[in-house]
Amino acid sequence: MIVSGEDRVLVHGITGKQGTFWTEQMRAYGTRIVGGVHPTKSGTEHVGVPVFASAQEAAASLDGGVDVSVLFVPPAGAGAAIDDAVAAGAGMVVVLTEFIPVHDTMAAVAGAAEAGCVLMGPNTAGVVTPGQAFVGFMPAFDDRIFNPGRVGVISRSGSLGTLACVELTRAGLGQSAFLGIGGDPVSGTSTAQAFAALDADPGTDAIVVIGEIGGRKEEDAAEVIAASSKPVASFIAGATSPPGKRMGHAGAIVEGSTGTYASKRRALEEAGAAVVDVPWELPAALGRT
Amino acid sequence: MKLPEHQAKELLRRYHIPTPAGRLATTADEARAAAESIGGRVAVKAQVRSGGRGKAGGIAVVDAAPAAGEAAERLLAMELNGERVASVLVEQAVDIDTERYLAVAIDPSAGRPMLMTSDRGGVEVEAMADDIERTVIAAADPGPSEPIPAAAHRLFTDLDALLVEINPLAVTADGELIALDAKIELDDAAAFRHRDLLDELGVADDVDVTGTERERRAAAMGLRLIELGGDIAVLANGAGLTMATMDAIVAAGGSPANFLEIGGDAYTKATPALELVLSQPGVRSLLVNFCGAFARCDVMTAGVIEAWETLQPGLPVSFSIAGTGMDEAAAMVRDRLGMAPHPTMGDAVRAAVDASTGSAGDGAAR
Repeated sequence: MIVSGEDRVLVHGITGKQGTFWTEQMRAYGTRIVGGVHPTKSGTEHVGVPVFASAQEAAASLDGGVDVSVLFVPPAGAGAAIDDAVAAGAGMVVVLTEFIPVHDTMAAVAGAAEAGCVLMGPNTAGVVTPGQAFVGFMPAFDDRIFNPGRVGVISRSGSLGTLACVELTRAGLGQSAFLGIGGDPVSGTSTAQAFAALDADPGTDAIVVIGEIGGRKEEDAAEVIAASSKPVASFIAGATSPPGKRMGHAGAIVEGSTGTYASKRRALEEAGAAVVDVPWELPAALGRT
Repeated sequence: MKLPEHQAKELLRRYHIPTPAGRLATTADEARAAAESIGGRVAVKAQVRSGGRGKAGGIAVVDAAPAAGEAAERLLAMELNGERVASVLVEQAVDIDTERYLAVAIDPSAGRPMLMTSDRGGVEVEAMADDIERTVIAAADPGPSEPIPAAAHRLFTDLDALLVEINPLAVTADGELIALDAKIELDDAAAFRHRDLLDELGVADDVDVTGTERERRAAAMGLRLIELGGDIAVLANGAGLTMATMDAIVAAGGSPANFLEIGGDAYTKATPALELVLSQPGVRSLLVNFCGAFARCDVMTAGVIEAWETLQPGLPVSFSIAGTGMDEAAAMVRDRLGMAPHPTMGDAVRAAVDASTGSAGDGAAR
């Protein structure tokens, strides 16, 4: 789940505007881009890497195969692209696509889980290992935002996760890894699974959990947080959001008594996390736990 | 998209789930005629998408056609939870023995569909949450085998539903099962797969019919606006950051007037976004909080400045800008608005709150 500079990364949708721009950004940062996928442009080259018709073709053609697939593809084709990446033997698939039909997501998540593939997202901004590599569309290259260090960050939201890293960096706390799990209600990697990865990571000394209202991801993570000996600080967005309204992310909706701010805050505090009222209190809170 | 009851029931019938005989009416005359053709006691039910309809007086059970007309007249003049009643469903009244609950929904933790059942139905699902038995349907599991749950599951899967809820699923005096009320929500993201069916049913594309006029206008543009009661207009990118901005304003003693999220592909629409948030009465200051990853700060900021120069709102504004394109964005704010973004989100929030409470903003307010 924590990407390294050695990981061989394949970009689905590499020839599009965003795919091109972010492939160049990723490579300039140190990410090892080994190829791209476009269904009708097999055999060509784009931004200096070979393009294949599918991830399976790429894995068969490239020495060393594919470790990570990243999807810059439209929603209608995302489910099939995930299945392709899983079948190609990728250990991790980073799904940036927003608005994937949730039934497609459910099927893809089940397929990835069965194959033992880590699925990040959908609707994630990606993952960053500062100083080494990033996969997705994160401003990893700006050292006012990301810096190498020992704090692991988990976030459902790309923008708010980025802000958390800005605040950590301002306080002199670098990051070991940023794990964007995505804003959709159904996702491949839960907060608990991302937390477990950071808890097991010897390069991570402390963990920040950025959550938001809706769903049960934070409540479900309480058990692994309670069992961890690393300091944990958390901010949950949506304390003042009106109930019953979808707050942009499909995942951020409070219906009835599930997914409320109070329930999440209580679960995390009981697990020993320091839950702050505003994001800029996160660095100080890590020192308090 | 949440379907109104009459469309939900049309889908149930297509999957051979029994529903009472019924007809849609948009006038009192139509309702009277519908009641006459159905005969006997009928229920006249306001067709709105918001919950709590029964409690709010949106259902009338009457004995004869003239009374059905009167009930329809009254209901068609109503607004239920902010939604105008444009039509009523006139339905045969059913003699009920018991009421059950049946739904197929998504369990987000499991990432799978789940079957929800209870022998006690007919009340709001929140009120009986503990009575509901939930069964997650695994990927390899064919699903429920009883005819009505199986049909509901098939409908859920075939039509990319987020929710198929039959409440109550009534057991009649004759021991027959019949769906008395139904809620179906389909996945907007999958609408492209079901275009023909949606057109045939007359399902409107609008995502939020219960919002305010400005909220609906925003939704039509692919922007998410939520109007609140305070005086600080909020423009931010990404749902998480936007919610956090509102939380930070409240924590700093301020009160958000509204907030608008322009993340994802909508990040190029900053100009209409700003027009929307500023057009709400009572706005005394504006907070712009951008933290760009995919959404570029310079693109969003250029849109905001363009709108600002057109509207010339004469309000105090505070900017916090970080992430992709932040330097170009900050330079634009300096060059064209003659001010600097605040160095941190905390500073920008405090400045916006100060401006709204009058300590800095009264002179500039409209």
